[in-house]
Amino acid sequence: MSKILDNLMYTNDHEWLSLNDDGSVTVGISDHAQGALGELVFVEVPNVGDSFAAGDACAVVESVKAASDIYCPVAGTVVAVNAALADAPELVNSSPYENGWVFRLQPDDTGVLDELLDAEAYRELLADLED
Amino acid sequence: MPFIPHTEKDVADMLARVGVDNISQLFEEIPPALRIAGLSGIAPALSEAEISRLMQTRARADGEPLCFLGAGAYDHYVPAAVWDIATRGEFYSAYTPYQAEASQGTLQVVYEFQTMLASLTGLDVSNASLYDGATAFAEACLMAVRANRANKSRRILVPRLLSPVFRDVARGILSGQKVELVELPMLDGQTDMAALASMAGQPCAAVAIQNPTFLGSLDKVDELTDWAHAQGALVIAVTNPTSLALLKAPGQWGQTGADIACGEGQPLGVPMSSGGPYFGFMVCRQALVRQMPGRIVGRTVDREDKPGFTLTLQAREQHIRRSRATSNICTNQGLIATAATIYMSLLGSAGLREVAVSCNANTHALVEALTAIPGVTRLFAAPFFHEAVLQLDRPVAGVLAALSAQGILGGYDLSADYPELGDAVLVCATETRGAADIARYAAELAKLLGAKA
Repeated sequence: MSKILDNLMYTNDHEWLSLNDDGSVTVGISDHAQGALGELVFVEVPNVGDSFAAGDACAVVESVKAASDIYCPVAGTVVAVNAALADAPELVNSSPYENGWVFRLQPDDTGVLDELLDAEAYRELLADLED
Repeated sequence: MPFIPHTEKDVADMLARVGVDNISQLFEEIPPALRIAGLSGIAPALSEAEISRLMQTRARADGEPLCFLGAGAYDHYVPAAVWDIATRGEFYSAYTPYQAEASQGTLQVVYEFQTMLASLTGLDVSNASLYDGATAFAEACLMAVRANRANKSRRILVPRLLSPVFRDVARGILSGQKVELVELPMLDGQTDMAALASMAGQPCAAVAIQNPTFLGSLDKVDELTDWAHAQGALVIAVTNPTSLALLKAPGQWGQTGADIACGEGQPLGVPMSSGGPYFGFMVCRQALVRQMPGRIVGRTVDREDKPGFTLTLQAREQHIRRSRATSNICTNQGLIATAATIYMSLLGSAGLREVAVSCNANTHALVEALTAIPGVTRLFAAPFFHEAVLQLDRPVAGVLAALSAQGILGGYDLSADYPELGDAVLVCATETRGAADIARYAAELAKLLGAKA
């Protein structure tokens, strides 16, 4: 069973979000997602200052045999990216919820965060998938 | 890798195994309205003997003219060993094999090809080749738009000095992708720097630079490269691989070098063959490799630490990334690129340099001999590699037709592509055109022009 942290929000596309004190959100992929992709060899992060609508492809995680888009979970503007992933994409595998974060976003509207899955709902989603 | 066709029994066994009666049943889910019953304008099939007779007749119609025509395809000497080796059964395939790693020899040849192209262009990574020079250029434009993330422009500055064929093909491929090609004017055989300066400040994803230019001249590659980089644009170098044995490699242009180099590979051991098949090459800086289209072979070690070759960085390609792949190019010109690899290894860097030096010397001798004839002048003062533009005192088409009747291909008539140059012809003498050939051309041309215009 993959690790799910109780204090995070999740999406149906296996991304996680955490709300920061300044109102921005940090985005990464879940432990389940990194496990399914296998060892990552490259992460393409967005540019700081890029704006995305919810559902836009905004980053790419690439393993030896697959490449997957990361979809922007909520509309907003990128305020930071994890530069460490350029040289160490495997951080997403070893530490998906901490050192393997992908980017930080300033949402246009923080209200929409309520629509994301909580840990319990995401646990159910995975349980359905693994059935 | 041998080619083993399926026998009728193989096909029947496979159909029985999957439980269908015939192959067309496999396609039943495609609605009839979407299927093409037959292709119009395609002649009925011919037998091998018939097609061979037809092709021989066509080839005889070409004759064996003395060729001073370049304009994108060049009549170089191809050592006999090149095609003797390239057509061995182990190499004789147009493709990189499926289950590629089972074909280590093929992959090693591609790896050597990439290494040679990277070293010729002074850049880091080459792909395994593309269809031809023009499509390689179009792919380079798309790649530059993807790669230039600092600058979201879809405009590319393209010199008027770039091959008209490359410009046409690129326009055809890029128009559907909303990439705009903006023409950079020329002045005396080089890019017009004043016109270029007036374009400063307008965002563009890349600036293309062809060197030697389509008209044979050498452009101001250092200045152009530095200007482009100062504008936040990438530099796409379009180049002739033979010339790189003499000229500064694109990777050394300006302060930081071109970002992508591409071009037509035909000069490297590929016969002119009425226009193809040729191959395109593409090489780039390491930082851009994930945006490069096409297959890439890498060297690695297996679990026993023995060296081996593998297709690498495949997540760029459409069998993995589907609609978001860098390109729909999933193959290469394997056989032609193999011939080029053999050509380059037979010549070596010294041999390729000798070819380049003698092309340059012969073309200078040709220009000198022809411009000694009254009515013939050289058009540009810019230095040239192995082609030059001559102006005649009368329309070029008639002169070329008369030369052709004497068994001489006198050059490329520029009047359709470059009407502003007047009665201009592009001439070329490769290492295969000696002093006697040049003297013969000059004598025929003098005779023609001496007659009443």
